[in-house]
Amino acid sequence: MALYRDEGIVLRTWKLGEADRIVVFLTLGRGKVRAVAKGVRKTRSKFGARLEPTSHAALQFYEGRELDIVTQADSIDHFRAVREDLDRFGRAATMLEAVDQLAQEGEANPRLFQMLLGALRTLSAQDAPLVAPAFFWKVLALEGYRPELDVCVECGAAEPLVAFDLDSGGVLCRGCRRGSSITPDALALLRRILGGQLGAALGEAASPATHEVDHLATRAMEHHLERRLRSAALLPNW
Amino acid sequence: MAVYAGPVQDLIDELGRLPGIGPKSAQRIAFHLLKLPRDDALRLARAVVEAKERVSFCTRCFNIAEGDACAICTDPRREASVLCVVEEPRDVVAVEKTGEFHGRYHVLQGAISPIEGIGPEQLRVRELLARIEPEGVQEIILCTNPNIEGEATAMYLAKLLGALDLQVTRIASGLPVGGDLEYADELTLGRALEGRRVLDTG
Repeated sequence: MALYRDEGIVLRTWKLGEADRIVVFLTLGRGKVRAVAKGVRKTRSKFGARLEPTSHAALQFYEGRELDIVTQADSIDHFRAVREDLDRFGRAATMLEAVDQLAQEGEANPRLFQMLLGALRTLSAQDAPLVAPAFFWKVLALEGYRPELDVCVECGAAEPLVAFDLDSGGVLCRGCRRGSSITPDALALLRRILGGQLGAALGEAASPATHEVDHLATRAMEHHLERRLRSAALLPNW
Repeated sequence: MAVYAGPVQDLIDELGRLPGIGPKSAQRIAFHLLKLPRDDALRLARAVVEAKERVSFCTRCFNIAEGDACAICTDPRREASVLCVVEEPRDVVAVEKTGEFHGRYHVLQGAISPIEGIGPEQLRVRELLARIEPEGVQEIILCTNPNIEGEATAMYLAKLLGALDLQVTRIASGLPVGGDLEYADELTLGRALEGRRVLDTG
């Protein structure tokens, strides 16, 4: 049994017993880690706000058989702007939920970690409508599910591309169309997100096209995870 | 794995369902109950039955109550114009112990938690809105937990109540009395600085 150090982002927490919590982290070195934070719900806990969802912290764990134990936590960033804005918090929650589903215990995924950290930083700095959807598309591309956006997946025609089908993994022309329809504006945004112009796409103000990309990103992520994202279902009601 | 005679095993199984009680503790408590004088054991049984049959949720504030309305809602000395919104009945007890609050309560029975799929519809929010007009509420104190779910709930309610003609306040957050500054996390200390106040230098 040993102590180890890592840095991690809190994905979610579960209440445990009277004053403890099980905290699920995405760590840089060990992938998903589930650990017990003792006494964290007490007002005078040494952890304070450091172990709440979205927090980025430097951590020390005591390795246990089933669950590890958090022995120390020092805050690196707490993304206050995300915590104190209902809308942004909701969108951060969908990202955390998706990562919780994707990340594997004991399997380091530094790319995923950096992407989540980057997305939280961006969301904290600017209230951009495309942060969460762009994160979803990038993560799907990282997982090996990069949609075909340039030619029809069925016949290879380049124009006009009018539909997007999740099962076929890309766009379709008028002749082969199935799945849901996609507007040229939304398609252009998708190409920018996945084609190295992410920064420019994030500067986009909310519009029907960003809404379409958002909706499609959530559906693509749910399709990939083979389950619904609970937090995404709640968002429209806020 | 039923090792014990029927009724004893049933008792162990039932005790084992309680929060924080594992199979071993359940056995220990079961044997303790068996050793107890008959009257003592029956008193416990009666207390469980009584509590289950007579206690329900207050139809007005959703605190636990004996009968239709809870003791606080029926108390005429309580100000009706100030409402303290909390997550759980246990929070009512915590605020009551301070002796600083003389208004009434509203128990939401939870907090917004997107990851667990709990939204405003699952909470007693509609019931809160329905109380404002008839009771003449002028101030609502958002007294949800200072964690991420409680904050989200407070923000949601603040937005919802903002359109109405009343004062909405949020309990302060800061440093716990008796603690050390160096162990305070950045968020708490930051808020404590924001909420600083002028000392009376008289």
